Amino acid sequence: MTRSVCAKSAFELWGHGRTHNELKTSLLSYPAENMSPFMQPDSTYRINVYTFNKTLEFAERIKRIDDMEYLPFEGTVSLKNPQHVFCLLEDYGTDPNNIPENPDYVYFGRWIADGQRELIRSHSVKNRHFIGNTSMDAGLSFIMANHAKVKQHDVVFDPFVGTGSLLVACSQFGPMCVEQTSITILFMAEVEKLYLDVMVSDASKPVWRKTPLFDAIITDPPYGIRESTRRTGSHKDILKPCDGVYAESHVPVSQAYHLSDIFKDLLSFSAHHLVLGGRLVYWLPVYRPDYSEEIVPLHPCLQLLSNCEQVLSSHTSRRYTLSGMDNQAHLLDPRFSPYEGHNAFREKYFSGLNKRSNKEDTQSEKALWMRVYEGQETRLMQLITPVLVKALWMRVYEGQETRLMQLITPVLVVHSAASDRPGPLWDGSMVRSCYCGWMSVTLR
Amino acid sequence: MKLLTHNMLTSHVKGVTKGYPLLIKATEVKLNDVEFNPQFVSRMIPKLEWSALVHAAEELGHRQDLPDDLLPDYDTNEEFLKKVHRALLEVEVMEGCLKCPESGREFPISRGIPNMLLNEDEV
Repeated sequence: MTRSVCAKSAFELWGHGRTHNELKTSLLSYPAENMSPFMQPDSTYRINVYTFNKTLEFAERIKRIDDMEYLPFEGTVSLKNPQHVFCLLEDYGTDPNNIPENPDYVYFGRWIADGQRELIRSHSVKNRHFIGNTSMDAGLSFIMANHAKVKQHDVVFDPFVGTGSLLVACSQFGPMCVEQTSITILFMAEVEKLYLDVMVSDASKPVWRKTPLFDAIITDPPYGIRESTRRTGSHKDILKPCDGVYAESHVPVSQAYHLSDIFKDLLSFSAHHLVLGGRLVYWLPVYRPDYSEEIVPLHPCLQLLSNCEQVLSSHTSRRYTLSGMDNQAHLLDPRFSPYEGHNAFREKYFSGLNKRSNKEDTQSEKALWMRVYEGQETRLMQLITPVLVKALWMRVYEGQETRLMQLITPVLVVHSAASDRPGPLWDGSMVRSCYCGWMSVTLR
Repeated sequence: MKLLTHNMLTSHVKGVTKGYPLLIKATEVKLNDVEFNPQFVSRMIPKLEWSALVHAAEELGHRQDLPDDLLPDYDTNEEFLKKVHRALLEVEVMEGCLKCPESGREFPISRGIPNMLLNEDEV
């Protein structure tokens, strides 16, 4: 429970039932010798009432507690600093529009420990000094850190560090973090104490000694949608400066870094640099209609432990992929399963957004936007970033995109829906400029 | 750049086969106070290239009296771990460069941050 961000609390279950009467029967049959150590006359206690999917009035909660008098509590009540905490949990189902009068199920037990859900709030992206387009949500970051089995004195590496969300989460659990970034260098106040060092390098050309250095590699590579995928190099004939010396501030020319190469390099790098039993945790963007188990990249040294999906839109998702370091015997024989078609993830992402060939799709799209408009759907807000809007507009100006109305209507709807509650990443100015763009296009 | 980082880095210039260890040409070296963590240091030691660390520390004038060969009982010798901690984590090269021992390519270190990027004609 000191690590879990998914579990809220742990209780020792003393009784349960579909009604309070059933709970009473169940509780009275619980062995008294298991209860008595926590009910001694010299002890202090309190009882909490937790309800799920319903809020009870204070008086109702008091009544619930009073109804528990059949239990032989002998200690004194202390609300502030009790030795033992007991909980009555009432489950009112999961449908907020149809809350039943009486709970579906009730539980009673002794509280043991709380999970770490509070970390999600205290490490929220909203409270950071630095965030970017693609800063990872705090909850997911903690889950990744747990799956990577990050612990004290570990060395953790993120080859695509960005604003360091993943390392901030890892640092909560006490490892040392190494970061590497191709463009930006950040001062990370949050992890100052545990931070090791920073340098500038290109993740596609590892500069690390080939030996097992890292206990965990945890990363969210760029998909080429919000953050571009580039690496140093050029297709053009190189024009070297005449004296052969680059200026001190020279920034090397970059070229496209294909997604399939990113993952091939990432797996190969992990195989060379993870300690035995170390873990690699990363996100793999997929175009859902093309997805099958076979396209998940594999490496003979890494064993695929988990692979699950977070749906991003009707046709794209990212798959949460966890691999454990198995053995190093296969290092000389790297074979990769095909992760083909992923070079085209970006194109498919955008084409999928515009193409609505069949009627059903158009209708569900319309329904979706209606829900956005009515404020029921908030997930989409994260998808429509200013960068995405800008990318779409570039296509319009370049004449690649002719279905304007379909493209723009959603943006306008989002704009009006978003204006009431701007999110931390929302750049209103960009959206307003798109609105103007729409006006001029319709006139033309 | 800390010497721990230096110990892990190798030259990745095209065609170079013996790019380790990188030579340090330092013009400014700083000593930081870093909290001593004996478990972390003793866990890092087996991952180190010991002779490269001793050599780098000597070049920068912070070898103290680190031995040429690693002590067999390093994980229980707190005084020794403290010295390794100092060399690994407290000595920081602020300005200078890292030089590839084979090709001579120099990677600048500026404000403590090494820039390992290769130029477009080198990759």
